[in-house]
Amino acid sequence: MKRTPLYEIHQQLGARMVDFGGWELPVSYRGIREEHRAVRETVGLFDISHMGELILSGPAARSAVQFLTCNDLHKLKAGQCQYSALLTEQGTFVDDIIVYPLGDETILLCVNAGNTDKAEAWIKKHLTGGVKLYNESARWCQLALQGPLAQATLQPLVSIDLDQLRRFNFCETSVAGVSVLLSRTGYTGEDGFEIYGPAGDAPTLWETCLDAGTVEPCGLGARDTLRLEAALPLYGHEIDDTINPYEAGLAWIVKLEKGDFLGQAALKAIKSQALRRRLVGLKMQERAIPRQGYTVWDNDRQVGEVRSGTLSPTLDCGIATAYVESEAAAANNVFTVDIRGKKRKAGLVALPFVKKS
Amino acid sequence: MNFPEDLKYTKEHEWVRVDGDAVTIGITGYAQDQLGEIVFVELPEEGEEFGQGDVLGVVESVKSVSDIFSPLRCAIIAVNDPLIESPETINDDPYGEGWMIKAQAGDARELDNLLSAEEYAAYIREET
Repeated sequence: MKRTPLYEIHQQLGARMVDFGGWELPVSYRGIREEHRAVRETVGLFDISHMGELILSGPAARSAVQFLTCNDLHKLKAGQCQYSALLTEQGTFVDDIIVYPLGDETILLCVNAGNTDKAEAWIKKHLTGGVKLYNESARWCQLALQGPLAQATLQPLVSIDLDQLRRFNFCETSVAGVSVLLSRTGYTGEDGFEIYGPAGDAPTLWETCLDAGTVEPCGLGARDTLRLEAALPLYGHEIDDTINPYEAGLAWIVKLEKGDFLGQAALKAIKSQALRRRLVGLKMQERAIPRQGYTVWDNDRQVGEVRSGTLSPTLDCGIATAYVESEAAAANNVFTVDIRGKKRKAGLVALPFVKKS
Repeated sequence: MNFPEDLKYTKEHEWVRVDGDAVTIGITGYAQDQLGEIVFVELPEEGEEFGQGDVLGVVESVKSVSDIFSPLRCAIIAVNDPLIESPETINDDPYGEGWMIKAQAGDARELDNLLSAEEYAAYIREET
């Protein structure tokens, strides 16, 4: 298995390790629910160094990214980053990404760990205008500091005024003498920061952040329960190469008018018709935990399937995202989920399940 | 990890306390450690009957679902209801307060097929 630069530190902290798509990473330290609560109430720190960093470089880099992704770079001011996606010609997801224009000729794409190689190959195949592509993932580490106290925790460590760094903005600064890219982004539904630094400085960055306050080390288990409560998509669950942005509830990242891009023609056709199915939130009304793959029923008819499910630590009940037939979702508020042979009642709820503290 | 000597064990990581032809069943310290925090438990009803290897119930952690298999043919006498509200008791005290099921053994000879503490410990070492 691959290891991040923080592997030794995770061992010292007594982390419970797991194989996450070929990466040996902590699933938890003190416990998933304690870590989850820390991020909702105070502040937690995640090692997300397994994420991928791809750099596009050259005079035509911006045009290339405009062609490869469905969101519109022209909407960004200097210092803004953007949630976007690489789509197939059918308008389905290759990966969801964050785009960081670092300069006129340099763009950083943060891609999912499990999709780094796939995204690299995809971009190479469709690269235009002499643009160069570099997979820098091994050179970077990434930490996420997340929670209502994230800003107060980080402020003493940086020279910039964090009040001036708004959500989905980034800047270059330093932490403990280490040059970093600091991004006000996150995957938890809380305020927070993602810190991109040189891989070799990962231990320094981690220790500095951990010592900056009562910061809870958090693993992949809490990362998943937090993002699911916030209804943030996970590749392989809410989005994959059979799903288009409209059914996933991500129409807001698709800018059809921006000019030619991969998947545009297919998306125009999809948008012109009614959606056959869409992503909904389900909240269990009986004590049971829905899981990926469990079927969703409207009385005797199967109308969908669960994409992600867990016991929500904040709500203390089962929650799930599911793709359900649009007509059934419009006509009905209560469904059942087949949980190992027994149908349990679930109510349709608006997403996200939990709003920011 | 030490396993109580007075109990018998299965390869599916259940323990069995034998009391004449009545048995108490739970999951081992190894099992609860592998699962992590247990957040949900599904137990059978009193009077239900099971064959050896049948699924008696379910234990769930945040991330996974684990079946509990019946170590022997039996009929349920009692279940540990407080576990429904406090499933984490299984993590805290798997052999004591974390007991899950009390049952009447259908065939006491099936108990001979179960593992001793030493055999179970050896089995775990092979598995990991």
